[in-house]
Amino acid sequence: MEQPSSHLKIKRADGVAIVEFADRKILEELSIQEIGEELAQLVDAEPGIRLLLNFRNVDHLSSAALGMLITLNRKVQEKKGALKLSDINRQIFEVFKITKLNRVFDIHDSAEQALTGFGRA
Amino acid sequence: MKVPPDFGVDDSQLSEATVPNDLRSAKEPEHCILRELMRCGYDEDTIFGIKLALEEALTNAIKHGNRNDTSKHIVIRYYVDPQRAVIMVRDEGNGFCPATVPDPTAEENLERPNGRGLMLMQCYMTKVRFNEAGNEVWLLKERQDRLA
Repeated sequence: MEQPSSHLKIKRADGVAIVEFADRKILEELSIQEIGEELAQLVDAEPGIRLLLNFRNVDHLSSAALGMLITLNRKVQEKKGALKLSDINRQIFEVFKITKLNRVFDIHDSAEQALTGFGRA
Repeated sequence: MKVPPDFGVDDSQLSEATVPNDLRSAKEPEHCILRELMRCGYDEDTIFGIKLALEEALTNAIKHGNRNDTSKHIVIRYYVDPQRAVIMVRDEGNGFCPATVPDPTAEENLERPNGRGLMLMQCYMTKVRFNEAGNEVWLLKERQDRLA
């Protein structure tokens, strides 16, 4: 069931919370902070969460957004959950590679591949 | 500080804008720069990189230089032609020493949430120069230069 949010669109499939971003450009400090808080609340509400962030609507992001993702990743791990990223476009993936964060995050080409990677609920 | 002599432009060629200390206020000069880049036929990947570097410079100025103080301002100077793009961002802070910023790709720093902005600027631009105080940064992108 889709839940409304100012920055996020959330739905569920196969026991996985699938999040898409409403903003095409995750740049501004305030919206990054708000996105981080919304995602943190999602993780807090569901220990062991299987969380997929789908970047298909995102065509630009900043280093502050990367920091938010790192903080989120740590929180998910602390809560014994799993986080995957998908549908990152070529230009943004280059940013992950330059910063070597492609080694930190579990990144998949598509949401379908990521969901398969989570396995059955 | 005047434009570095090896940036290939004269100081008098630069446009200038002074804006309040927030990212939304910096959008208009940013859009001017992006429009000029498109008008001069820069490719999508180069524009992506310049935009990212500019926004990192602006965020550093707003958040770190001016400490999010809304009473402060940032100055943006820029020049774009088919061969090069030159951008300057200056804040009213005391500056910092770029050499003291740790390598964010080092294993021990990889999972730190901060500290990547300067590295991204250096990767996507041909040259990045700071004034002595460290509160003014000059960015140069030469069109034929590919991602480092």
